[in-house]
Formats: sequence, C-alpha cells, structure tokens
Amino acid sequence: MTAHPRSLAQPPVTVEVLPPAARFSLRLRAEARPVAETALALPLPDRIGRRSVGATRQAICLGPDEWWIDAPAAEADAIRSALDGLVPHALVEITDREITFQIDGPGALDLLAIGIARDLSRLEVGRGARTVFDGVQAVLVREAEHRFTLSVWRSFAPHVGELLEQGAREIALGL
Amino acid sequence: MLLIHCPYCDDTLPEPEFAYAGEAHIARPADPMALSDEEWKNFLFIRSNPRGTHYERWRHIHGCGRFFNAIRDTVSDKFVMTYRAGEPRPNLDALKEAAE
Repeated sequence: MTAHPRSLAQPPVTVEVLPPAARFSLRLRAEARPVAETALALPLPDRIGRRSVGATRQAICLGPDEWWIDAPAAEADAIRSALDGLVPHALVEITDREITFQIDGPGALDLLAIGIARDLSRLEVGRGARTVFDGVQAVLVREAEHRFTLSVWRSFAPHVGELLEQGAREIALGL
Repeated sequence: MLLIHCPYCDDTLPEPEFAYAGEAHIARPADPMALSDEEWKNFLFIRSNPRGTHYERWRHIHGCGRFFNAIRDTVSDKFVMTYRAGEPRPNLDALKEAAE
C-alpha cells in the first residue's frame, strides 16, 4: 500500500486550542492611562489594534477606552488589585469567557477567509482587532506572518472549532 | 458588501462588523413635558427618509463598539464620509467644493 504523499508532509495549516491564561478587560478614560500603565507595569497602546508586550503581560487596545490584558495565571491576583483606589476604571476578569484557537501554517490566511470578511493580508504582524468570524464576534491577533490567535466566547467555540477543523482539512486536501 | 470607514479605528472595514442605527443629528428635547403629543410623536417616529444624501448613525458593534455618523447616498449606497459622534453636521456643499 502506498501512502498518499500529502499525508506525509506538514499540513498547510493547523488549528489547536491554547491552554487558558489570565485575561482581563480594562476600561478607563485617556487621562487615567499613565497611572494605570505604571500600576500594571505595562504600556497601554493608545491606538485601536495595537499591542504592547511586557515581560510577562501583554495588552491590546480594542476600543478608544478598552484594553485586553493577557498574563500568566500566577499574576491574576496581582492584576486584580493593581488599580484599586487609584483611578476610576472597570477591570473585569474574563479568563473563563473565551476559548482561544491558534491557527498556524502557510494556509492560515486562506483558512480565516472562510469566516472573516476583512482583508487580513493588510493586518500587520503584532496587531489585532475585534471582528466577526462566521457571524460570531471574535478577537483576532496576528502573532506572526502565518500564525493567528482567534478568541471566541465559550458557547460559540464548538461551532467555530468545527468550522476551522473542516476548513483545515479542505485546505490540506487542496479543495 | 459595503465597506465602511470607522473614524475611531481609522480603517475601512466590511459591513458585517457594523450595525445601522437610524438617522443622525436628532436631539432629544430637553424638556419632554413641555411638548405636545404631536411634537413628541414627530420626535419619536417621524424621520426625513430622503432620496439621496442621508445623515445617519452607525455603530462599529463588532469592533471598537463606538457609534459614529455617516453620510450615505440612499440611491447608490455610496458613503460620502464618516465622522465621529458629537461632531457638527458637515456642510455637504462645502465638501463638494473642496473636492473640485
């Protein structure tokens, strides 16, 4: 029996679920940003879609007054209390809200195009955005040229995961 | 598919990320109790519904979440421009003159 040559090669795109890490949603006004940056030891980007990466934490700007902060689970307690009493803000832990998929491989752009209407080739590496994947609100980050992370709310994850798996199989088969 | 420029994200993005939110520049009366039923009805329900240039609100709901205003031609569906919420209504004639 001869093996199909495609099955031996690395598949053009792979989909995996990333292990959970602490994630927070932070809302505050522009004038409170410098204080929050010092307290969190993390620069908060001031333009939508930009991301800043600290030693262990990273922040992405999703709206004029909205940031997501990702950190290792061990730092969750420190972040939870970092801004107490300093500036008016809303800091909500959303670690358990989303499932994050990692889409990796040269076929990543083709795979994401099945659900996202944006022109993703224009999204620069290291930036991200909130967008819609097949009708589901999702946060997309371009980690590298061919590597993306896609976070969707937990209840949508089975649908999105299945669609990504199916798309990845189709791309692997050259359909 | 329409492509809409979000003035907050400063990017031109596909329509599924946006939600339409009715006519723009309609201020709620400061003292509703002073209005007659007729005036209140007009504020609540009566809209200009023009054939041509329309000032309207959109919300970038699956993005930055902000409301903004847009000028769109209701015949051709072409967007003339979008601008941030709270900014005064742009003068269309002045815009046209500037473009020429």
